[in-house]
Amino acid sequence: MTEDKRPVSILGRVLAWGLLLALLALVAVQLRSSLQGILTRGEQAPAFTLTTFDGQTIRSEELLGKVVVLNIWASWCAPCIEEAAHLEQAWQHYQERGDVVFLGLAYVDTEKESLAFIEEHNISYLNGPDLGTTIYMAFRARGVPETFVINKYGEIASVKIGPYLSIEEITTVVDRLLELD
Amino acid sequence: MRRLAVVFVLSLLLAACVSSPAAVPTVQGTPSADEVNAVAKNLYCPVCANVPLDVCGTAACAQWRGQIAELLAEGYSEQQVYDYFAAQYGQSVLALPPARGLNWLVYVIPPLGIVLAGFLLGRNLARWKQSAAGAADLPTVDDDYARSLEEELKARR
Repeated sequence: MTEDKRPVSILGRVLAWGLLLALLALVAVQLRSSLQGILTRGEQAPAFTLTTFDGQTIRSEELLGKVVVLNIWASWCAPCIEEAAHLEQAWQHYQERGDVVFLGLAYVDTEKESLAFIEEHNISYLNGPDLGTTIYMAFRARGVPETFVINKYGEIASVKIGPYLSIEEITTVVDRLLELD
Repeated sequence: MRRLAVVFVLSLLLAACVSSPAAVPTVQGTPSADEVNAVAKNLYCPVCANVPLDVCGTAACAQWRGQIAELLAEGYSEQQVYDYFAAQYGQSVLALPPARGLNWLVYVIPPLGIVLAGFLLGRNLARWKQSAAGAADLPTVDDDYARSLEEELKARR
């Protein structure tokens, strides 16, 4: 008895292997990006552009030379309410200096609720929506609230996951960075 | 003749009623929960993974549903609401991602896989059928050695 086996063409094999490898590469890339943890100290902060609720455009490269406190929050997030007063007090403490910038980033929030939150908690530092959640993803954040403190060289100096529980918790980090120069 | 004219006028009136804007369902004023949910079921909040917006119970989702209601009340179409949410929160919020860039793979790979699987199954079934028919046509073994082997095996049982 002869075995009926047709030879597979070279083109077919190349195509099949190519498809398989392309799919594996795609899965690997997705897996790698999902396994990357949150940004850590010493890493360069990702470049970002934030358009605030009042229409100002803030570009991260314009903030070099300043200490930046980037707080990611949402109006539906209960722990964000806890820390709102501490962040505002800390901002009031540094506002006159000019070398510290506080930025609020509303994540997955509706504009109406965001503005109501800002008004309710008397937040006076710049705030804007994270359009397309691009900044959140660039910083590889994992939830809200999360705060990234960026030093004058544009590097991540501190990452706070969860709410700040006191103003001192914020000023300790910022003061240390201001003393570095 | 008069009867014909009456029928003609009545037909015109009926046609006017059927094609009038009042007959087309539109969202006017405050949309109902069903109208909001019909749009919400095709959206996913990034905070609540794999839970459609119409059945999601978090505060964030409730806010989003409120936003949908406001947009519908403003006269946004269903597609315009999806476009708005994609622009605000990214394309990942859409249940059906637009067929652009790598998103094409989502639409191409499953049907391609089904067609390929069907083709391979059909081909192999044809081969099995062929080989089974071939086996039936094989001449029966009829030599002394095979016969004595069969007898010995039977004796041992």
